[in-house]
Amino acid sequence: MADLIWLIPAFPAIGFLINGLVGIRFPKTLTAWVACLSVIASFAVSATIFVQFLQLAPESRVFEKTVFDWIVSGDFKTQIGFRIDALSIIMCLVVSGVGSLIHIYSVGYMHDDPGFRRFFCYLNLFVFMMLTLVTGDNVLLMFVGWEGVGLCSYLLIGFWYEKDSASNAGKKAFIVNRIGDFGFLLGVFTLVGALGAAGVWTLKFSELQANAHLLGPGLATIITLLFFVGATGKSAQIPLYVWLPDAMEGPTPVSSLIHAATMVTAGVYMIARLNFLYVLAPTTLLVVTVVGLLTAFFAATIGCAQYDIKRVLAYSTVSQLGYMFVGVGAGAYAAGIFHLMTHAFFKGLLFLAAGSVMHAMSGELDMRKMGGLRKKIPITYWTTLIACLAIAGVPGLSGFFSKDEILWMAFSRYHSFWFWALGAVTAGLTAFYMFRMFFNTFHGECRASEEVKHHIHESPKVMTIPLMVLAVLSIIGGYVGVPHLLGGSNHIEKWLEPVVGHHAPAAATHSGGFGIVSTAFASAAEGHGAETSAEMQLMIGAIIIGLLGIFIAWLFYMKNPNIPKRFVEKFHGLFTLVHNKYFVDELYGFIFVKGLFKLGKVCKDFFDETIIDGIINGIAAALSGIGSLIRKIQSGFVQGYAFAIIFGAIIVIGYLISRIL
Amino acid sequence: MPQTLYYLLSAVLFTVGAVGVITRRNAIVIFMCIELMLNAVNLSFITSGNFLNSLDGTIFVIFIMAVAAAEAAVGLAIFVLIFRLKGTVHVDDFNLLKG
Repeated sequence: MADLIWLIPAFPAIGFLINGLVGIRFPKTLTAWVACLSVIASFAVSATIFVQFLQLAPESRVFEKTVFDWIVSGDFKTQIGFRIDALSIIMCLVVSGVGSLIHIYSVGYMHDDPGFRRFFCYLNLFVFMMLTLVTGDNVLLMFVGWEGVGLCSYLLIGFWYEKDSASNAGKKAFIVNRIGDFGFLLGVFTLVGALGAAGVWTLKFSELQANAHLLGPGLATIITLLFFVGATGKSAQIPLYVWLPDAMEGPTPVSSLIHAATMVTAGVYMIARLNFLYVLAPTTLLVVTVVGLLTAFFAATIGCAQYDIKRVLAYSTVSQLGYMFVGVGAGAYAAGIFHLMTHAFFKGLLFLAAGSVMHAMSGELDMRKMGGLRKKIPITYWTTLIACLAIAGVPGLSGFFSKDEILWMAFSRYHSFWFWALGAVTAGLTAFYMFRMFFNTFHGECRASEEVKHHIHESPKVMTIPLMVLAVLSIIGGYVGVPHLLGGSNHIEKWLEPVVGHHAPAAATHSGGFGIVSTAFASAAEGHGAETSAEMQLMIGAIIIGLLGIFIAWLFYMKNPNIPKRFVEKFHGLFTLVHNKYFVDELYGFIFVKGLFKLGKVCKDFFDETIIDGIINGIAAALSGIGSLIRKIQSGFVQGYAFAIIFGAIIVIGYLISRIL
Repeated sequence: MPQTLYYLLSAVLFTVGAVGVITRRNAIVIFMCIELMLNAVNLSFITSGNFLNSLDGTIFVIFIMAVAAAEAAVGLAIFVLIFRLKGTVHVDDFNLLKG
């Protein structure tokens, strides 16, 4: 079976090559078949390996396959090799599974686009790169995938390149990601240097894991922090999240692919993959958690004040990614990956549904011009409802289990009430803005123009079937990780144990907290039995906050639609601030973009034009000066030349005679 | 040391020729000075050949004289042409060797 691993990334690559090189005369249908089948094929291989894994003992669930030597330099050696274990098989299934659905959906969505074939080429390349990222057996190959998805995001976000806003958004994504990748690269160099100094020249995960203990705590902290900088870029965390909302300029299936299955999850996967380094650096883990929490909260507040349906979803993604980082930061890698998986289902679904709404509304994105679509596009309506319930953390759906796991892990690891509270409030905000979007879009009066109203229709089957599949996954996806507390056995945590180790939350020793949580603290201190009751209380607290969010959204947008208006009027300043995303883009623009332009101008005026040009022109002027001196020798008078010859002969002869004497 | 005197004469003749080439203005006189230098060299060739009891020096002298004669013919032809062009053979008046 190990021989088949490389097939997983190879299939989309083949699809990309077929469509890209020889597909120029293909009819659209054939292009679509090639693209979709290639991703489905890699899903089939992943599923086969997964089934095989299920029959193996947990420790032997690792396949490795080295294809060839890649970089060999002195003691240092890196190979092109693939590794499938419990962690990467989950990623493969999610990427190729959700990816296939998005491919199929795109066939309908992009049907009339002139760039149909180009789109599928990029899409296949994207999936190929993401699969390389998750199946590579060393850090460098992971980095190849890491850069590859960055490239594809640039190509796909700027897909409609005639539009200035789209090509600018593509550039923004690319540049912001480069900043993060710079950190990632520095991390790789530091890691190689540090381990090389200890005599171990390798970047292979399995060998790194065996030798991680050679790193001191200080070095481990630096390396993991540098890697985390890379993760903030790719996974859109503070401070490098600004590219993700702009990434909405791409076609909607692209948003879905970037936000749900690929690219942004790379950071979470990377941290889970390098967990053996991160456990050595508690400081980094704390940084990861805090950044994750702040991002989650911050992005959720922005999400509450957006009118563009896709932007709401974009900020929701930033926020949910924050949750995943809270999970991995708490050392609960399984919880982070679990949320990654469930999030892929419901966020993929939300984006595809948003695309379906756009399709129905002739491309309209502004929620203020929607409303009352419930009857007209029923499939989209019901699937969106399921996704909203799932992301809001309503018990019984997938989002509930994964989000709750993360909150509990953050609480039990850091014994911090505030960590839990911030997470729980974010969950409430999430519920609020998701249902704000939901009610605004599907309920109430239709606010669209008459012409648009006339056209509203349900999307074709090729688009609605992926919606339904994802809706089913959004419901049942969480049942692989039902916590012990609710009578489950948390399969996913057990499944990931060989890779990320056993996660044992430390017994709570603490002081502080209040209300429901302080009782939780008190009971947690009593021992293991009481810990479950603490978990139960926190869970109920989170559920109440989530339902409260939905209730407020209902109150604001269904019961009494005047409240939001009055709210905006009353807190006009606050609303403007949040609606404009806290002016972070403007701030970055002012500090970095303008600053860099100024720096560039200084460099151009001073370094380039004064120093560099000065040196070059100085050399030229000196040479021409010397030349104008020397040219005087060439007078053209025969006697001058004769004199020079004789004078030279006298000098040479004089020298020879002086040697003899 | 009889040959020393020959060498000295040769050196004096060569120096006279060389100074003449540098200082005189008339191209024909410069030409004659060059001949003088060549003959100074010829003289030392013959002296050395005689001293070494060899014919090599004499053979060289014959070569040099043949080449000098040919050169004189070509040089005079050039001067005739220059005289037609410029109306003078004073070397100060033309700097035709400029690149």
